[in-house]
Amino acid sequence: MDWKRFSFITLVIVLLFTVVVLVGSAAQKPVVIIASMLATTLTVATPLTLGALSGIFCERSGVVNIGIEGMMLTAAFFGWLAAIYMNSIFGFSSMPSLIVGVLFAILSSVLMSLLHAVLSVTFKVDQIIGGTVINILAVGVTGFLNRQLFFEKGSVFGGNVPHAPGTLPIIHVPVQEGVEAICKLTGGTEGCQTLANAFGKVFDQQPITIAAILLVILSHFILFKTRWGLRTRAVGEHPRAADTLGINVQRMRYLNVLIGGVMAGLAGAYFTLESVPSFEPVMTNGRGFIALAAMIFGNWTPFGAWAASLVFGAAQALQINMQVFRDVIPAQWTILQNSYVVGLTPYILTMIILTGIIGKTIPPAADGQPYEK
Amino acid sequence: MTEQPIVLEAKGITKNFPGVLANDQVDFDLRKGEIHALLGENGAGKTTLMNILYGLYKPDSGEIKVNGQPVVIHSPKDSIEAGIGMVHQHFMLVPVFTVAENIMLGDETTRYGVLDQKAVVRRVKELSKQYSLEIDPNAIVGQLPVGVQQRVEIIKALYRNAQILILDEPTAVLTPQEADDLFVIMRELTRRGVSIIFITHKLKEVLAIADRITVMRAGRVVGTVDPKDTNEQKLAAMMVGREVILKVEKKPAQPGKQVLEVEGLSVHDWRGLETVRGVTFQVRAGEILGIAGVQGNGQTELVETLTGLRPSAGGKIRFSGQDMTGKSPRLLTETGMAHIPEDRQRHGLVLSYPVADNLVLNTYYKQPFGVRGIMQPAAIDANARKLIQDFDIRTPSPYVNVGKLSGGNQQKVIVARELSHEINLLIANQPTRGLDVGSIEYIHQEIVAMRDRGLGVLLVSAELDEIMALSDRIAVMYRGQIVVTVDANKVTREQLGLWMAGAHPEE
Repeated sequence: MDWKRFSFITLVIVLLFTVVVLVGSAAQKPVVIIASMLATTLTVATPLTLGALSGIFCERSGVVNIGIEGMMLTAAFFGWLAAIYMNSIFGFSSMPSLIVGVLFAILSSVLMSLLHAVLSVTFKVDQIIGGTVINILAVGVTGFLNRQLFFEKGSVFGGNVPHAPGTLPIIHVPVQEGVEAICKLTGGTEGCQTLANAFGKVFDQQPITIAAILLVILSHFILFKTRWGLRTRAVGEHPRAADTLGINVQRMRYLNVLIGGVMAGLAGAYFTLESVPSFEPVMTNGRGFIALAAMIFGNWTPFGAWAASLVFGAAQALQINMQVFRDVIPAQWTILQNSYVVGLTPYILTMIILTGIIGKTIPPAADGQPYEK
Repeated sequence: MTEQPIVLEAKGITKNFPGVLANDQVDFDLRKGEIHALLGENGAGKTTLMNILYGLYKPDSGEIKVNGQPVVIHSPKDSIEAGIGMVHQHFMLVPVFTVAENIMLGDETTRYGVLDQKAVVRRVKELSKQYSLEIDPNAIVGQLPVGVQQRVEIIKALYRNAQILILDEPTAVLTPQEADDLFVIMRELTRRGVSIIFITHKLKEVLAIADRITVMRAGRVVGTVDPKDTNEQKLAAMMVGREVILKVEKKPAQPGKQVLEVEGLSVHDWRGLETVRGVTFQVRAGEILGIAGVQGNGQTELVETLTGLRPSAGGKIRFSGQDMTGKSPRLLTETGMAHIPEDRQRHGLVLSYPVADNLVLNTYYKQPFGVRGIMQPAAIDANARKLIQDFDIRTPSPYVNVGKLSGGNQQKVIVARELSHEINLLIANQPTRGLDVGSIEYIHQEIVAMRDRGLGVLLVSAELDEIMALSDRIAVMYRGQIVVTVDANKVTREQLGLWMAGAHPEE
């Protein structure tokens, strides 16, 4: 990542955090606010990070995928539906229901990505059209089934939305213990202990959030260090060259689009199985498109896309914290009480980033071009 | 040379594309350690035959033997396994990858699932030493000069243990010096037992390097000859099927007043890079100024700016005595500029329009073709019939889509259109690229005739032979600048080649 984009990301994150610290300083200590902002940023960046990874695998192999939003929405619905069936109809307890939910979320998203691969790789349909089809299809199917199953008289759940099996539990990552151990070794000052207390819980997150961070590292490794990655990138840059060396272009593209489907599925599961225990129509709310912006701003690299996702995450964390500090916002900052104004931040950032004024990024050369033998 | 064993043999290869018999009972063989040139015009079937040998196409019938054994080649993979490597005319390299990554692609070495870059770099260095092919395995391919990229392609084939190398028009993108380097490499390879099929349409090169020459025409093999027993004239006749005049006959130029003056012109390309940097030159009436240079040294952008298609970033253009910097193509056309564009299919013609409409693309809005915004079919028809006759355009009717015509006839449509109105300057960019010898002959004669009628001609071409044959004065373009302008009869091919490669002219 070039310095221009790196400094932009750092600057925006510092700016957003500073605003929250200033606003909230009447109610909380800065350290605590920063720690909670960090944790929230990591959490809300999860669907963006995974969505961006989904896009990276597709587009690095030469298939434009604007259907990530639709795949996420499909996964959110079917994952939630599977969890409810497991829990209320088959009587499983919460944990197995949630795990099956996640698997079904991934499965449904992979099926959507298969549709995209069939349209764009086999039938060489315009890939933007293919992605749009998926987005429209997802809104229609999830909205229709949601109403039919839960709100129609005589339907399976007969107008009563059943009790959901909750959300995935937080996993404890022993950061605090680690920092404390270091504190003891180095003499154990009070400041060190305060830091350990404040930031020790930042990485205590739910499983999909932790998985997203690990997948960023794994994706980087796969794309840039393995045979699979080399071939994927070759197919996205110069498919004919890959073909003349005996690489099956169609197969590489199919499989990468399906990998993209897995990532988008996990992102979808975040909405209904990790973030909140419920489904609402069109609840992904454009996150799939912001993920695409993160992918572009990150120059089609996993770490770049993650950094960009964190910027959007921080913008959303700002919004959440403004609600928390609603009553202590100083008089001159009243504009921040208006949740519509604050809520615009991620979208404004998207627009700034996509204008290209903060450094142009270069897509894979054959991105979006069907391969003709 | 003693008779070496035959390493590759193709017998009775036939390949039918819808409407075209691309290969008709073609026989071809290659001996160990020889350079066997395959000569023919565009569309003669050379590339089809090679794509069959490399597994990109499947033949309808015929047999291929490698080292005497019949082989079935269904894909490039089979061909690589049989020891055949191909260097395509348009390189099959990923520009953003390193040399090593490009070479290992499809045949990667891994350790614990991780790409073993070091092993590849070591192997590449070995090969480059063994065959004296200098290369930096860690360089990014897109940043290398074309000649070096070609070397990467050759090493890529050797890395896969290719013993038979197919080189498809390898000199098309090279400067004369780079081509000479390539010939040295080719000789070195054959000395080490590699056999080479050398595809080209350039007669001089074949005579210089080949051990045997096979000529193809219209999908058939016309004959195989020894370079000692033939000459350019005979080979050209074999290629075309009739006697051709290779040399352009022209009288000394009689230059008049200046029609085009370019002063300090700078142009940016689509990425905002300055590709034309402060260029100054003049074209006078009754002379041909040739702009020589390897492709991609700013010629495209220069011509686009001169013809009003691209804004300039600095400098002045005076045409017919008026300042025409930044003026529209229509105004330039009406002031008497004719333009034969580099890419005739994209910028010269509307392929899905009939010939008749393409012939009035620059005048359709004026009397007699357009009256108050209404097209006049009768006038357009009369115009088309006249031009088809005058310029000998071979088309079944004026209402056939121009995309259906052959390259030579498409070019004739452009020439007819551009030269049929009142003009005083012709800008011709790569006017004969991809044309057959017969059409080249025609276009060349037409350009000289224009000059003799008192027009100024600006000829841009990457073919040094064409520049040498037609120009009265020659300007050499290198990295966006004109490094030198000389009289055509006071300069040698070799000297021009050096300038094209960036050597500084010493006065």
